[in-house]
Amino acid sequence: MPKLELQGVVKRFGDRTVCDGINLTVDEGQMVCLIGASGSGKSTLLRCINLLEPIEDGAIFLDGEDISIPGLNPQSVRARIGIVFQSFNLFPHMTALENVMLAPRRVRGLTRTELQPEVEALFARFGLADRMHNYPDQLSGGQQQRVAIVRALAMQPEVMLFDEITSALDPQLVGEVLDVLLMLKKQGMTMVMATHEMGFAREAADKICFLDSGRIIEEGPPEAVFDHPSHQTTQAFLARALK
Amino acid sequence: MTRRERYEAHQRRRSLVIASVSSVTVVAALYFLVPLTPGWSKVQQSFFNGDTLVKTFPKLLEAFRINVMIFLWSAPAIAVLGLLIALARDAKSPALFPLRIFGAAFTDIFRGVPVILTVYLIGFGIPGLGLPRPWNSPYIWGSLALILTYSAYVAEIFRSGIDSVHHSQRAAALSLGLSERQVMRDVVLPQAIRNVVPSQMNMLIALQKDVSLLSFIGPVEIFRQAGVFKSLLANFTPYVGAAIIFLIVTIPATRYADHLMARQMRERR
Repeated sequence: MPKLELQGVVKRFGDRTVCDGINLTVDEGQMVCLIGASGSGKSTLLRCINLLEPIEDGAIFLDGEDISIPGLNPQSVRARIGIVFQSFNLFPHMTALENVMLAPRRVRGLTRTELQPEVEALFARFGLADRMHNYPDQLSGGQQQRVAIVRALAMQPEVMLFDEITSALDPQLVGEVLDVLLMLKKQGMTMVMATHEMGFAREAADKICFLDSGRIIEEGPPEAVFDHPSHQTTQAFLARALK
Repeated sequence: MTRRERYEAHQRRRSLVIASVSSVTVVAALYFLVPLTPGWSKVQQSFFNGDTLVKTFPKLLEAFRINVMIFLWSAPAIAVLGLLIALARDAKSPALFPLRIFGAAFTDIFRGVPVILTVYLIGFGIPGLGLPRPWNSPYIWGSLALILTYSAYVAEIFRSGIDSVHHSQRAAALSLGLSERQVMRDVVLPQAIRNVVPSQMNMLIALQKDVSLLSFIGPVEIFRQAGVFKSLLANFTPYVGAAIIFLIVTIPATRYADHLMARQMRERR
């Protein structure tokens, strides 16, 4: 059974169809990269999986359980699926430590003292031990994004979604964030990421999905999609992206 | 000194000279021309009488303590009620629909009626029900009138603050599994309240002045006390004294609010 499965997912904003019947399976421990032009529906798809956007049609399964039933309380699902955004979205009125502890305290019902060792270990693991007590505006973009990743991981999610998490970073900071993803992959985290980092996608992904106008028009292992794209739109996109 | 610094220093000197000359001219014109008006000596006698000012000032100051008192118990009540009204207006659950309607009606009514009218209606109306002492005190019902009116304005400011928090903050908090209530309490409200501190400071300053409206239903606060002296001494100087006392409080407060506002503008940029 796949860890995460999407069947014919449709998402519309008004009369604009952003996701137009998307099918996708993600196995446990797999890293799937969504690529495609801006506006092709990558971000919206991730937001749908996290139930931040209700879907019009189709279904989403987590461990074989339908999580897209209308009216289902999304809270328990969101606690199991972490998402990290392009613009970090750290809470500016809290220190890095408070950012990370908020959800575990409120949702997992733990106290600061109980969380301290676990959270400190997370910070240390991602090279942020000396940044715990800084506010977001005292951190570089790369550090902020790593704190955002730690914040999502502190909920001990089973799946992580990454929405172009390096797009807002200065080029020299992209590496430190991508390294974190490689660490997570090594630990067996199931991940879906929307990205424009073609080099990284090729190296790290188990599967590449190419989206165009809300559909996955090509998918497969990186070598197949990058070296022998079958679809003309994919060829054109890659020719531009890899130039 | 570089060429550019020399130029800027020259420009600064020039601005300073122009500003000084124009200020001196205006002040001198007022100083020499106003006394030439036919009624000046009478106005000077009845509004700017030094002896009267010195004689009445301590009593005015004492009466001002009542203003401060009313202000001090009204302000926290306004903050709490204003916030509750703002939250009621943003309530999304259908069960809370009556609360939303109530919030909307509340702000519409109390922003739509002049403060002095509300003070009259509540301040005279409710004690008119024949309540026993101390429940017929104008202090209680006058304060309530201020609290209701100001809560309506303060609620709208809180609401604009809530709207000013970017929706991506809500999305980030929701995505971690927090409930709507937790998102509001832990993520949105702390930022919203901080964003509107300068605007709320201005409401506090306005409230400090409007406390004087309670004089119309009884309490002998500073404005009423000045009126008593006016009748007693047949002189308007006590009003000027009262104005001075207000300015001593409100000018620093206004400056401070402006300072907060300017700092916030800088941070946003």
